[in-house]
Amino acid sequence: MSIFVNGDTRVVVQGITGREGQFHSRHCREYGTRVVAGVTPGKGGLEQDGVPVFNTVGGAVKATGADCSLIFVPPPFAAEAIMEAAEAGVGLIVAVTEGIPVHDMLRVKAFLASRPVRLIGPNCPGLITPGQCKVGIMPGAIHAPGGPIGVVSRSGTLTYEVVWQLSRAGLGQSSCVGIGGDPVQGTSFIDCLAAFEADPETDGVVLVGEIGGSAEEEAARYIATHMRKPVVAFIAGLTAPPGRRMGHAGAIVSGTSGSAAGKVAALREHGVQVVEELAGLGGFCARFFDK
Amino acid sequence: MKIHEFQSKELLSRHRVLVPPGAVAADMAVVRQIIARADTFPLVVKAQVLAGGRGQGGGVRVCANREQALAAAADILGMRLVTAQTGAEGQLVNRILLEQGVAIEQEFYLSLLVDRATATITFLASAVGGMAIEELAASRPEMLVRVAVDPLAGLQGFHLRQLAFGLELPPELHREFGALCRNLYHCFTSLDCLLLEINPLVLTSRESGQALAGQVLGRGTGVGAAKPGSGPRSGATEEDSGPAPRFVALDAKLEFDDNALFRHPELPELRDPDEESEPERRAREAGLNYIGLNGNIASMVNGAGLAMATMDLIKQAGGEPANFLDVGGGASAEMVAEGLRIILQDPRVEAVLINIFGGILRCDLLAQGVVEAARHTAVKVPLIVRLEGTNVEQGRQILNDAGLDLTFAADLGEVSRAVAALTAGKQDAGAANKQEAMTGQAAGNPVASPTSPASPVAGAVNRHRERRP
Repeated sequence: MSIFVNGDTRVVVQGITGREGQFHSRHCREYGTRVVAGVTPGKGGLEQDGVPVFNTVGGAVKATGADCSLIFVPPPFAAEAIMEAAEAGVGLIVAVTEGIPVHDMLRVKAFLASRPVRLIGPNCPGLITPGQCKVGIMPGAIHAPGGPIGVVSRSGTLTYEVVWQLSRAGLGQSSCVGIGGDPVQGTSFIDCLAAFEADPETDGVVLVGEIGGSAEEEAARYIATHMRKPVVAFIAGLTAPPGRRMGHAGAIVSGTSGSAAGKVAALREHGVQVVEELAGLGGFCARFFDK
Repeated sequence: MKIHEFQSKELLSRHRVLVPPGAVAADMAVVRQIIARADTFPLVVKAQVLAGGRGQGGGVRVCANREQALAAAADILGMRLVTAQTGAEGQLVNRILLEQGVAIEQEFYLSLLVDRATATITFLASAVGGMAIEELAASRPEMLVRVAVDPLAGLQGFHLRQLAFGLELPPELHREFGALCRNLYHCFTSLDCLLLEINPLVLTSRESGQALAGQVLGRGTGVGAAKPGSGPRSGATEEDSGPAPRFVALDAKLEFDDNALFRHPELPELRDPDEESEPERRAREAGLNYIGLNGNIASMVNGAGLAMATMDLIKQAGGEPANFLDVGGGASAEMVAEGLRIILQDPRVEAVLINIFGGILRCDLLAQGVVEAARHTAVKVPLIVRLEGTNVEQGRQILNDAGLDLTFAADLGEVSRAVAALTAGKQDAGAANKQEAMTGQAAGNPVASPTSPASPVAGAVNRHRERRP
């Protein structure tokens, strides 16, 4: 078991002939992901590394039965790429693209609300069920298959660091989901926490948050009221100055809201274990989840 | 991207929002010209800096005559304005706005923002104006009217009624207020704003409104420049033969979505070069995410989350972060080199920490960038390098072969100890040497394997020096 993706997931890559699309499609396939189609308007009928390319997502889905889309389309066209994937009927959309205007994402989110589809991202590394399926840009080799830990994070490389520490500490992962660093996202911490709570292969969850917004505070309340599985959290940005956007479009402390200290306090108040020193996270999890 | 009040008012007036007539000056010669021409008092002198809370900091003065205005302008122009948002060192005031005073009958708060929690464009309004919104939300939450707009359906009449009735406006003002909100919403969506805040929005007297609407004034975005005919200033002048307008935006704050600037080529021209430090400008031009801080340990990291976590680690180990620098996933060797050059320029920096978890950014490419920068810039401070992920062995090899004086750390625990040792080393100059003796590593020895569960010498940093003959 796992959440959102597994060995049966059939992936169509939007933007497969671009530099990033090519590179990461190749790595996903090497990891074992079933990349069944690519989409680049105007390049339908061609092949990319043996994968058939289509002009539209609808055409790709019809011909290959793809049920998941991985998007590498540049920011000006990414919002419509997401909507096209939703219209084509895939159940899961993973938008890696960084830099999509937030007004575009507001419309996308409203558009998706009435459709049976989950969006992960944008501005995210994607997700992986180790040993089965990698739909994203994370280095596959640092992951350890088989669970028992689920990982959910707003970051990219910080997630790799966390996963690497878990693997070194002997803790495998059921699934790892990067929900992205933008202010408006498809899938929230709570969506992932609920999925991990229901997943029999997940015994505990590591949540990696950062400054900005109130998603960690909402997650804390959800954990206290809806979860039996233990959660360990790490929050980045204790030293971030207020009023400055820290790389991610969503990472900003506005006035007193969105601070790392506030998030740590909210999580602790709701009984969530918070590790403040990143270097010790893997070791702590090994001891904590072993109980 | 944020812009100044005078620029925000210029844009708002193009969207048919009434703002007080005024002019901008960057030097006293222009100030004197503006004041000599002024015939309506009071005149308000306002510091143009991006930080909020200017009033409390002495950056806004209401002047009854020419002499007062001259004195206020002389005081404010060139001052270091300290507000709750600037930090203790304050912000240099390079420009002032001289603006005609407006008769105030009532003050309101009105803003539009992208609300993350509901993923909507949301109006916030209150009949209590002039107070910071955080303060207002905390002290008078019952006075805050919140109206969320469905991004697909757009602004509807009922939203406007919710706002007008929520503020308990008298019926004769509903029409003008509705038009104002429509104009603001249009400005907000057409310019990809993250925030549009008018605080205070004021209700002025009938006579004052009539007078303001009658004045056709241009407000240049340049220094003291008046741009005649830059558009109607009012939402209700010639075309509307209705009653005199009553709502005036006394202050204005606009923030744009950096990710949407590609479709607004005119907006980056409004960026005030004085509001950005030299290293911040260089980093932006190189496509790097950089924020200067005041600490002594610099860092260069790939990924924003890991970069923040690395700053936190520096602090927890006893140092102070000198910067935030995220070179991003798609960095080239040249971008890495520029990043390193930028952080090495800061004279307060006593050590540089490079923390790379290679995913998209390959470690060998990162190493090439570091070597490139070191070739042209004298590296006089200790370099601590932690590499992990894609092509890590090649990356380490490149750094080794370049003969750089650096410390490899195999994991964040070692990074932390290295920073702690450097910080302690300020009191104890022998710390680094001791460390070297502890590791006992001679030149050319293999560095600690990143995947080994513990470093060869427990608890010690593997300081690796390679000397060329």
